[in-house]
Amino acid sequence: MRNLLKNRHLSGWLLAAPLSAVLLLFLVLPIVMIVVVSFWGATEFSIYPAFLFDNYAFLFGSPVTYSVFFNTFKYAAITWVFTLGIGFTVAYFLAFHVRTLTWQIALFLLCTIPFWTSNIIRMISWIPFLGRNGLANSTLISWGVIDEPVEWLLFSDFSVILAFVHLYTLFMVVPIFNTMMRIDRSLIEAAYDNGASGFQTLTNVIIPLTKPGIMIGSIFVVTLVMGDFITVRFMSGSQSANVGRLISNDIALLQYPSAAATAVVLLATVLLIIAVLLRFVDIRKEL
Amino acid sequence: MSGRRPRSFYLLASFFALFLLFLYGPTLTIAILSFQGPDGGLTFPMRGVSTYWFADLFRQQAVGDIWGSFSRSLVLGLMVMVTTVVVSIMGGLAFRKRFAGSSVIFYLVITSLVIPSILVSLGVGLIFSQSGLNVHWSTSGYGSQLTWTLPFGLLIMFAVFNRFDPSYEEAARDQGAGPWQTIRHVVLPIIAPSLIGVALFGFTLSYDEFARTLLTSGSYNTLPLEIYGMTTNVTTPVIFALGTLTTLFSFLIIAVFLLTVWLQSRRRARLGSDAGKGML
Repeated sequence: MRNLLKNRHLSGWLLAAPLSAVLLLFLVLPIVMIVVVSFWGATEFSIYPAFLFDNYAFLFGSPVTYSVFFNTFKYAAITWVFTLGIGFTVAYFLAFHVRTLTWQIALFLLCTIPFWTSNIIRMISWIPFLGRNGLANSTLISWGVIDEPVEWLLFSDFSVILAFVHLYTLFMVVPIFNTMMRIDRSLIEAAYDNGASGFQTLTNVIIPLTKPGIMIGSIFVVTLVMGDFITVRFMSGSQSANVGRLISNDIALLQYPSAAATAVVLLATVLLIIAVLLRFVDIRKEL
Repeated sequence: MSGRRPRSFYLLASFFALFLLFLYGPTLTIAILSFQGPDGGLTFPMRGVSTYWFADLFRQQAVGDIWGSFSRSLVLGLMVMVTTVVVSIMGGLAFRKRFAGSSVIFYLVITSLVIPSILVSLGVGLIFSQSGLNVHWSTSGYGSQLTWTLPFGLLIMFAVFNRFDPSYEEAARDQGAGPWQTIRHVVLPIIAPSLIGVALFGFTLSYDEFARTLLTSGSYNTLPLEIYGMTTNVTTPVIFALGTLTTLFSFLIIAVFLLTVWLQSRRRARLGSDAGKGML
């Protein structure tokens, strides 16, 4: 028995058993189930086992699919640009301009606390800002910038992306800040000593060394936006669609096989993007 | 690096302040609006100041089953928290040595992190319905949420054990401690602050989770599902009052966790050994 426990494979398996069980039951099996059901057939009320390619044929034959996928990529790309820009700037400020560790930790916590609160509440809280009679419109009117309320602030692509940036910039700040804090400060001193300006140090030293953090943040933001359905539904007032909404609409109509086929294509797309991004970063090394 | 701050500092500091305003501004707005008078609407202007909408939450007929869903979310959050901490510790310990299949599990953890939430919801829902089981928040909902909280717990544990100095364990073994004693009296106390972090992630991510519980919680809603239901049919500030209360509750939880970490580190500084400090 004692020797058995010393076997590193066996002790590894035993310790990882609960984790593997959860992943098997609630991740692997559900994915298998979705793949299986994506070949099933459906009537208006029920679904039945079959081996049909109808769901995929319909999915790839419909022009809606392509425009919805395009929309999803558009949201992901625009959100990525803004979260990266804002996240990098915030992390850079925290890591290189705040001087004491106490302040760094305090300000960093201020940035991360909203992550532990409800996304839905944070979405709802934009309504009084962006609505027809909201703060933004009334402020702009009182400044004389506009004469009547702007309609596109709420329930538009603008509000969807604003909410994405609001919800997910943290996912950029945290990994980028984490990588920046591990940059050896003497490298920056060396750059200055060699006559580099602040901006040159940023582009030639800090940005290249921060790449792993940027990649991890990008993985989070891109996958969260691509898999989202609730933000798009809520913030667009059901006027825009992304792939997640396509799936949730099918679910609402009990068209599970069709939802499953869309889900398979979405999962394949997301995993492909992650596989590409993971080529640029070794996650295990970055922890 | 001392002396006067460069101009870029002030630029970046203003940017950071704007970012914080962007982050917290909307939440503060609904906090203010939740004190609307009884005739007030979802936007400014305020029509009087009152606690009418908070009181409305406690009136029975008002909306759905807020307090029932709150208590379900609380229990579920605690279940997920305890499981996340225990499973993450075990997983973290397992991954300290490479074992056959460890990289498969690692990539499954990453998949669990990046898979769109609605897929977990759909897949788990399908498995339960096709095998004739009833979905319930404490079974299917609980398992689905673990696929979101465990990756965070594990990534924290990986980070912790990457920095863990094994000589502490060697010292314990040299003194005759068994494997369990080493973990109980040496490893766990050292990693305790990170475990509080894992617990915080486990609880709050579960408490706020929406998409993964959407199709897996059955007929009894959790709080986020209840709130989401309200967004489609409630048009009074009562929803702001609820939002303010649950955000305050989240802040309270975060504060408790942070305070625990802080107290722990103070206690550690006070009672810690002075080994190596009196040598010179």
